Amino acid sequence: MIDSFVIPLLKIAIVLNATLVGVTYMVLLERKVIAWAQSRLGPMRVGPYGILQPVADAIKLMIKEDITPTRADKWVFTAAPIISMVPALITYAVIPFGPTVNLFGRQVALSITDINIGLLYVVSVASVGVYGIILAGYSSNSKYPLLASLRASAQLISYEVAVTLTLVSVILMAGSLSMVSIVRAQEIQHVWFAFVQPLAFVIFFIGGLAETNRAPFDMPEAEQELTGGFHTEYSGMRFALFFLAEYANMIVVSSVATTLFLGGWLRPFPNVAALGFLDIIPSWTWFLAKSFVFLYVFIWVRATLPRYRYDQLMAIGWKLLIPLAIANLVITGIVKVMLL
Amino acid sequence: MILSAALFMIGVIGVMVRRNIIIIFMSIELILNAVNINLVAFSSQLQHVVGQVFAVFVIAVAAAEAAVGLGIILAFYRNKETVNIDEMNLMRW
Amino acid sequence: MGQAIAFYTISAFVLFFAVLVVSTKDTVHSVLFLVVDFLFVAALYVLLGAEFLAAIQVLVYAGGIVVLYLFVVMLVNLKRPPEAYEDPHRRTKLGYALSAAVLVELGAIVGYGYLTPSPIRPAPAALPVSGNTEEVGWLLYTSYLIPFEIASILLLVAMIGAIVLAKREL
Repeated sequence: MIDSFVIPLLKIAIVLNATLVGVTYMVLLERKVIAWAQSRLGPMRVGPYGILQPVADAIKLMIKEDITPTRADKWVFTAAPIISMVPALITYAVIPFGPTVNLFGRQVALSITDINIGLLYVVSVASVGVYGIILAGYSSNSKYPLLASLRASAQLISYEVAVTLTLVSVILMAGSLSMVSIVRAQEIQHVWFAFVQPLAFVIFFIGGLAETNRAPFDMPEAEQELTGGFHTEYSGMRFALFFLAEYANMIVVSSVATTLFLGGWLRPFPNVAALGFLDIIPSWTWFLAKSFVFLYVFIWVRATLPRYRYDQLMAIGWKLLIPLAIANLVITGIVKVMLL
Repeated sequence: MILSAALFMIGVIGVMVRRNIIIIFMSIELILNAVNINLVAFSSQLQHVVGQVFAVFVIAVAAAEAAVGLGIILAFYRNKETVNIDEMNLMRW
Repeated sequence: MGQAIAFYTISAFVLFFAVLVVSTKDTVHSVLFLVVDFLFVAALYVLLGAEFLAAIQVLVYAGGIVVLYLFVVMLVNLKRPPEAYEDPHRRTKLGYALSAAVLVELGAIVGYGYLTPSPIRPAPAALPVSGNTEEVGWLLYTSYLIPFEIASILLLVAMIGAIVLAKREL
């Protein structure tokens, strides 16, 4: 009874809270990192070193007036931010934060659930996330958001193909779709998949940048283009939801990349016994550290690279990444068959 | 099985009664889904996976048909500016 | 028992949203109801033990095909509302009558299936792998390899056809 209801509920509560807090502090982290990259200090006034800045942002967004355009479709207009946020949050159900540990005398697996099509679930949920953007643009009932949302969703579904192909090569290496098995396979094969499949890692990173509408692919939401993109007409709490959904998507992509390519919750060199003293650091700390590094690289790239034009963006997705991903898959298959 | 028959019925009614051609295409997708549900139900009852394999093929074919059909609709709309199927009468005087 | 309740609830939702798809006046709402319908059908597949198919359904159908429909609806909806006038040549009542005929036929098939019991077939040999995805993959690559290849060629042809149809000039 307790095992099948209370423990999963507890896990869900912890993961959700951690995610939401993490997402709000991502805003602060991003502003700080971009500021440091530009030789300035970023938010410093609210709280010591600007730590309470997200709280101020949240309060500001919550007390803003909630405007709905007159002839907009009310139901769809309200539902679009929610549809954007939900896929990012429910992907957390399959991400493993650690192995089965012994907590208070019970064996508790540090992931909310482990379905044996875990990776396929992640990909399918990501493809539903496109709807939030399309519906936001449509329901605003004005020209600019509609065009921007069509372009944004075209970008998302194009890069989805390249990302899915790289995931297939990871599945080939691991032999299973379940996320926990993929981490175990990295433990058994003594190597993180990022070193065995560097091309897949790079393609996944670039595709992840494009999937979450992050620079240098952030044409859909750049302020200088199309007057703010698909969330022009949104204000107050709904705009906050879109914003948070984007950061939540970023954290999800980082977590998935950590699990698939960087060894999940394994410490560096898990099979070298001489480094056994590193075992006192709990496994989920390694996971968080690796995700954090990935996120940092995301923000770093945003601070550094200029924006791509839309046709360049689509050309990269279709003409560069997809052939590379297919080539990677073919080479992986051939090597796997030859080594058997 | 009754569920899939009912879904099939709703799809057929949609195809015959509505005039907007996009909704007609969506009703066709409903019909295909009804068939898929039937296949999966039989697969789970007879404990053989071939029903699901067939369902995968049905989804693939539905994807191909939807893509080409929507291309045709777009090409037609560019010429005639309508999606009302009663006005698509190029073959009739 | 719980499974039966879940099955009936999900079936009720599937049928409810299907009726909404077919009867809503606004095309965009119709497409949205279709998406929700497909998600419920995916839940049904999970209930029946076909997890791979459920994920494929969400990925391809709900996440790809309906997005295509939504694109076309938005590109086409920008002018006057459709179904603006009644065509005198259209015989709507005949449409309903034909649908009723199809329903009677379906009912006859189902009833006939119940009346004459089918012979018990021996269970097929157990496959050497476990897990739903592996079973589907095993069959797909051994017994049904040729349909698999033909399906991929079909998709390639459809892709080329769609591109050619949508180009403005060749």
